[in-house]
Amino acid sequence: MSFELQASLRARNFDMSLSLRDGETVAILGPNGAGKSTLLGVVAGLLRPDSGAARIGDKELFNLDGGSHHWSPPHQRGTALLAQEALLFPHLNALDNVAFGPRSAGASTAAAREAARHWLTEVDALPLAHRKPAQLSGGQAQRIAVARALAAEPALLLLDEPMAALDIHAAPLLRRVLKRVLKDRKAIIVTHDVLDAYMLADRVIVVEQGCIAEEGPTRQVLERPRSQFAAGLAGLNLVSGIITKDGITTPDGRVFAGQHDPDWSPVPGQAGVAAFPPSSVSVFLGDVHGSPRNAFPVTVTDLEPHGDQIRVRACAGALAQALSADITPAASADLGLVPGMDVRFVVKSALVSVYPA
Amino acid sequence: MKTATGYQGIPRWIFAVAAVGGLLVVLPLLAMVAKVNWPQFIPLITSDSSLAALGLSLRTSAASTVLCVVLGVPLALVLARGDFPGQRLLRSFVLLPLVLPPVVGGIALLYTFGRQGLLGKSLEVAGIQIAFSTTAVVLAQTFVALPFLVVSLEGALRSAGNRYEAVAATLGARPTTVLRRVTLPLVLPGLASGAVLSFARSLGEFGATLTFAGSLEGVTRTLPLEIYLQRETDADAAVALSLVLVAVAGAVVGLSYGARRSSAPVAVQP
Amino acid sequence: MRTRIVAAAIAVASAAALGACGTTAPATTPSGSSSASQLSGTVTVFAAASLKSTFTQLAKDFEARNPGTKVTLSFAGSSDLVTQITQGAPADVFASADTKNMAKLADAKLLDGTATNFATNVLEIAVPPSNPASISSFADLAKPGVKVVRCASQVPCGAATDTVEKAAGVTLNPVSEESSVTDVLGKVTSGEADAGLVYVTDVKGAGDKVKGIAFPESDKAVNTYPIATVSSSQNKELAAAFIGSVTSEAGKKVLGNAGFGAP
Repeated sequence: MSFELQASLRARNFDMSLSLRDGETVAILGPNGAGKSTLLGVVAGLLRPDSGAARIGDKELFNLDGGSHHWSPPHQRGTALLAQEALLFPHLNALDNVAFGPRSAGASTAAAREAARHWLTEVDALPLAHRKPAQLSGGQAQRIAVARALAAEPALLLLDEPMAALDIHAAPLLRRVLKRVLKDRKAIIVTHDVLDAYMLADRVIVVEQGCIAEEGPTRQVLERPRSQFAAGLAGLNLVSGIITKDGITTPDGRVFAGQHDPDWSPVPGQAGVAAFPPSSVSVFLGDVHGSPRNAFPVTVTDLEPHGDQIRVRACAGALAQALSADITPAASADLGLVPGMDVRFVVKSALVSVYPA
Repeated sequence: MKTATGYQGIPRWIFAVAAVGGLLVVLPLLAMVAKVNWPQFIPLITSDSSLAALGLSLRTSAASTVLCVVLGVPLALVLARGDFPGQRLLRSFVLLPLVLPPVVGGIALLYTFGRQGLLGKSLEVAGIQIAFSTTAVVLAQTFVALPFLVVSLEGALRSAGNRYEAVAATLGARPTTVLRRVTLPLVLPGLASGAVLSFARSLGEFGATLTFAGSLEGVTRTLPLEIYLQRETDADAAVALSLVLVAVAGAVVGLSYGARRSSAPVAVQP
Repeated sequence: MRTRIVAAAIAVASAAALGACGTTAPATTPSGSSSASQLSGTVTVFAAASLKSTFTQLAKDFEARNPGTKVTLSFAGSSDLVTQITQGAPADVFASADTKNMAKLADAKLLDGTATNFATNVLEIAVPPSNPASISSFADLAKPGVKVVRCASQVPCGAATDTVEKAAGVTLNPVSEESSVTDVLGKVTSGEADAGLVYVTDVKGAGDKVKGIAFPESDKAVNTYPIATVSSSQNKELAAAFIGSVTSEAGKKVLGNAGFGAP
């Protein structure tokens, strides 16, 4: 039972198509306003697109193409939604919150509560069964919300940044619970956190400005990012250009040397990207002796602690994009770096990966 | 809660004006209490006509409150959650009885349900006569009290938002189930206060009843009408009954306020 | 507050009038039609609601006959007016719809002299023009299914109804007992009731919206209208003149046209 969707909603500049295999969990990554929540709204039936169609297996969720106007209301879709906030019904205790889905599906009170106990156990929250939502911590409430969504036996589970509202101590526990329950389950999880993508998703879709910018298996997307957003998530600098024999040529004509993937033979003239970690960048004042390759004049925009290093964010005017370098605090102090300073970034070509865009 | 040491941020003179405002309401009530003929108080309020009027008032107000809930909940839902042309117009019309003199409401009802009225003629053919009946009293009270329920419930619905309903729907609950198990429990405090206001307004209803329903002991003469009539001959009885009306209204409002404060706080996120 | 302002206004008006008298008294009044050519100032008349149309007419006539005078009218239920006068409202003349309310003022020593009866009124059956219940006598009102509306016993028109009921030996089974005669009339004009017991003058005043049916038993409850000067009046001369115009032949004619009987 695969899931397929194609939909566009002009008012939100949204146009996407995606599909999920059975048992597959897909993480949707992207900046704010990219259309991630719109996607979940359309799938769940809370937002109506201008056109498109979606189905889970044989079951049509909607079909607004070619004069057809089929539109299933949310309660007939089997697409349970878990939001940032738990949104447990405040007048029901945890058990009855979880039993809500089975009850709505027509189960008797006893059977629904039995199912609820099962799912509360799954999320390690059975001892909380008789608490009211007001008596639960954020993490507890969110775990119960997970149990409530699962108890509805959804064909497709939708998670909208489920960890975003949790404090730093509650998130790991919920993440572990999700890892367990999302295994072999069809789910779409919208997240800002690369860790969620790594731990929970089989595949990653990066959306930007209402469209899919990049997609692929989680590891491939995060280690070989092709979009600025994915590169940012993966903590990599990304420079686009045209592939040459030993690197790429940037749009301003600069040659950027790097290492081609060993399992791929470069095709010069093809569009490609060069990705490199901030730790591979050194910072110099003034002209660089020996004129190494991969040197960029940049303007420092920001300095911030990053682990035991200082991350230097800078704007490379010629490339019109931001690059980062990690240097030691001592080096930063020696160079006397302050925002607004013009410096040079030099990148070790041995640490630059070049691959097709 | 206020504390003695907390900063209130209210200029002192505001208290003086507030005191004048408070006195404007309290002083006439005190003046009325001072006028009560206490030795005769019990006989005055337990006369047959007084008891009949009080009983009728309580019965009709309860009935009109039920009617307000039955009709007002759907109206408030449609106004708060619906999205259709003419919605603002509908809201204006529903709220109109709030600002309309009750006697105007009575005249309007007369031309609707009266014998010669818009629906009255058909009803009469069907053997239903509303004029001069207790039904007419309930209709008049519902007419003036409905906006109180709608306003207070619509406010509660708007501040509760519809995110809980959306979640409930994705969990497989059909709209009626969502209404019964999520929406209504969420806005129960708003619904309760709306119902109490409606009851209180029904209890005090005078103008529309007098115009539309008439005045007959035990059938249409509610407490306010009885007071108005007694005033002609027996001022003591009128004052005593007025006090009873104030006490009943005060008890209803006070009880519901107390019940609402003692019930567990419901955490409705904004 | 309002009372005081009104009183002050009257005081100022009378003072101005007196001043005017002092200086321009010799001025000729060539066509002063009636007896009291020197009358001036304002007279405030509190009159029962049922006198509204007749007293409005009488006041207009009075002002026309006595240039420089002004009649201010205030209409309400007789008992309300008594309450207002007792509380100090600035009335010069009080015209009551019954002797009982006038007696209240007399008992309170608020009358100047004694009251004069100037009109009578009797009950009549008012029915919608089509007379749906085919009423032709007082006894018809007791027929089953007839929707009769009357005044409650506590108010004067209701007391009169009780008297008539007893005299006729008929027990009414009303659908409503209103607290004012206007409410009774309203129920008949709107067609809600088949018949209502109101005063002859109410039937006349309603024009063709209702039909009046007189009945002999109405003689048993003749309502007498007294009029008197209020003791606190600032302009008793003018008050007396107005009362005189009400009891004059011309006044009787206006009252008679409205359906009032002679005292």
